[in-house]
Amino acid sequence: MARRPPRWLRLAGWLCLPLMATGGMPVALAADARYAALPGGEFASVLPADGKAAPAQVAPFHLRTTPVTNAEFLAFVTAHPQWQRGRVAGVLADAGYLSHWVGPTALGAAALPQQPVTRVSWFAAQAYCETEGARLPTWYEWEYAAAADATRSDARADPAWRERVLRWYGRPSNTALPAVGGEANVYGVRDLNGLVWEWVDDFNALLVGVDSRDQDGADKLRFCGAGAISMQEKENYATLMRVAMLSALKAANTTNNLGFRCAKPL
Amino acid sequence: MQRLSVSALLAASMLALAACSSKPAAELPHAPAVSTSLPSQRGDFGPPQGEPIQAVLTSPPNVPPPIHRNYPAKVIVELEVVEKEMPISEGVSYTFWTFGGTVPGSFIRVRQGDTVEFHLKNAPDSKMPHNIDLHGVTGPGGGAASSFTAPGHESQFTFKALNQGIYVYHCATAPVGMHIANGMYGLILVEPPEGLSPVDHEYYVMQGDFYTTGKYREKGHQPFDMEKAIDEHPTYVLFNGKEGAITGDNALAAKTNETVRLFVGNGGPNLVSSFHVIGEIFDKVQPEGGTHPQENVQTTLIPAGGAAIVEFHTDVPGSYVLVDHSIFRAFNKGALGILKVDGPEDKLVYSGKEVDSVYLGDRSEPNLKAVSVAAQAHAAGTQTKEEQVAAGKQLFTGTCSVCHQDNGEGLANVFPPLAKSDYLAADPQRAISVVTHGLSGKLTVNGHEYDSVMPPMAQLTDDEVANILTYVLNTWGNPGGRITKEDVARERAKPAPANAHKEEH
Repeated sequence: MARRPPRWLRLAGWLCLPLMATGGMPVALAADARYAALPGGEFASVLPADGKAAPAQVAPFHLRTTPVTNAEFLAFVTAHPQWQRGRVAGVLADAGYLSHWVGPTALGAAALPQQPVTRVSWFAAQAYCETEGARLPTWYEWEYAAAADATRSDARADPAWRERVLRWYGRPSNTALPAVGGEANVYGVRDLNGLVWEWVDDFNALLVGVDSRDQDGADKLRFCGAGAISMQEKENYATLMRVAMLSALKAANTTNNLGFRCAKPL
Repeated sequence: MQRLSVSALLAASMLALAACSSKPAAELPHAPAVSTSLPSQRGDFGPPQGEPIQAVLTSPPNVPPPIHRNYPAKVIVELEVVEKEMPISEGVSYTFWTFGGTVPGSFIRVRQGDTVEFHLKNAPDSKMPHNIDLHGVTGPGGGAASSFTAPGHESQFTFKALNQGIYVYHCATAPVGMHIANGMYGLILVEPPEGLSPVDHEYYVMQGDFYTTGKYREKGHQPFDMEKAIDEHPTYVLFNGKEGAITGDNALAAKTNETVRLFVGNGGPNLVSSFHVIGEIFDKVQPEGGTHPQENVQTTLIPAGGAAIVEFHTDVPGSYVLVDHSIFRAFNKGALGILKVDGPEDKLVYSGKEVDSVYLGDRSEPNLKAVSVAAQAHAAGTQTKEEQVAAGKQLFTGTCSVCHQDNGEGLANVFPPLAKSDYLAADPQRAISVVTHGLSGKLTVNGHEYDSVMPPMAQLTDDEVANILTYVLNTWGNPGGRITKEDVARERAKPAPANAHKEEH
């Protein structure tokens, strides 16, 4: 079992870089209809950049308008057999990897083409994004995009925004996932809240550790994100819960409702 | 969990306790009696022996059977976290997060000194990561730091149960309060080496407070309300996670002349419970789950994140109501349970109702003595006006004085005065009709207009009306005179005048 993502990512975490290196060469972007442009800027994250109150700086970037679907991921594993179920190395994806598909290269009834792909590891998600000349979004990029609603770039102060997020949390995920393509936010990005959890590039640098109550306790220096546990806005626990979910994961993990989308710089 | 050094005082108190114990020392299979309450140093009985044992887990209100083992063992606990929608009240559903599919979670029972291999499984259908903090664990986070588990995954950690007692366990994943408010708590019993004294019934009851966006008993699916939780304003306060979880057909049961032991926990997240069983006295309580018992307790305080063991003997059949004696929680938020005790009556302990009669309280003696004197005098044909006035004065108080005031002056513009009343003086006989038939609408008294309603004083007898009016006519500068019982009877028999109080039908 891979307990941690590759060394370069861990180093990035140690250095507290708000944005991760892409891990690849910059890609010249023809207009890609699957992606929307987001302006970025200063953003009040629930995880302050300095662990206290400093806002995050988000550079302009492109974000996939929808999570990657089963159909898209099927095309990926067909072209890259090393990512097929049964072939992928155990350190890169756990036993649940694509286990709802009927076969290594077939979806079946439990995985409809337009549903978001789930039960994918961080490694597999990252590999997929590279095929789109992209990478996984950073937490700040994802959080920044998800703060928007249909009319505002930051709707988090509106109780209705929080309610919508929480309503999804409050339901067990024992029913079939809807297809991608929910309501677009002000940037034209869909399904950020209310469809699936999504991998982010720096998922394991977010929370101090495994016991959320440590506050500024003994393990503070173990991770770069340590100071961040004293959440900027405790009331905004809807976002905190996503951080908690991501913090529970290891890079090879898969779960029934964890998917991903990709991002790339402008 | 503090490691206290054994002070001479503590040792002395434990010797005293052992001496008082009804249990003969010879019955103790493994450790001497004094070990039952020593601190945790003595809880380490060495490495686990024998084959690993799979722990029996039970759903509330059931408790796993006593252990009856005289050596430390390796005990394997497998607990699954399940997020599921269940009723919280009739017609009201809530998404609970559970340890083992129930609220509270599965009851775990081990023996002091056991090595517990704990497997926490998070169901694949779960949306949230979860972990577990067992208050019976000595170690950072009580296990939380070693059990943070994503959906569809499993964590394992091992601890030695050093301290005996009844301990709460709960989820400690952020936001901790929300995970607890959604039902993520339960109890683990660490039995003393010699076990607990045998009883006829053991039950598992755990209180929790719940916060829904809708009101108490508002139908439909109710989401969690963080605002109410932060404000500590629960919608429900419940035993075993559901209104009616231990009432009606689900009531706890016992027979007369049995001993009952309740393991009572409080998951919180916010409230402290004033746990009480209506009609019982706890013969023995281990408050806060500690080792030293208290005896003859009516109500025991159970902190959030704490537990107690209560024991009592059943003497009288009937329904005993478990409540949080912060009593609005019981009758307005659901914190009710029932223990139904069947068996023969013991009238020597409790008689049931022996007398059912009218109680007049202090109206009969001495305040209304004048009334009975007047009544007797009337019957004897010897009644004087003074007796009538004295009786009337006492009757006036509490009936007429409520509106017309003790001094007969009424309330300006609302209740007309009876003192020096020109309305009364103009026609004393008219006053009889006012009392027996009521009066409504406009009238002028002493130059002021009133527009109000006086209902008929139908509860007063003819005798009482006569006495009251005689009192009024002979008081406060009114003209005097006398109204008899017969006058009242005659007036009452007449049809009501047009301005009498109209009953609405």
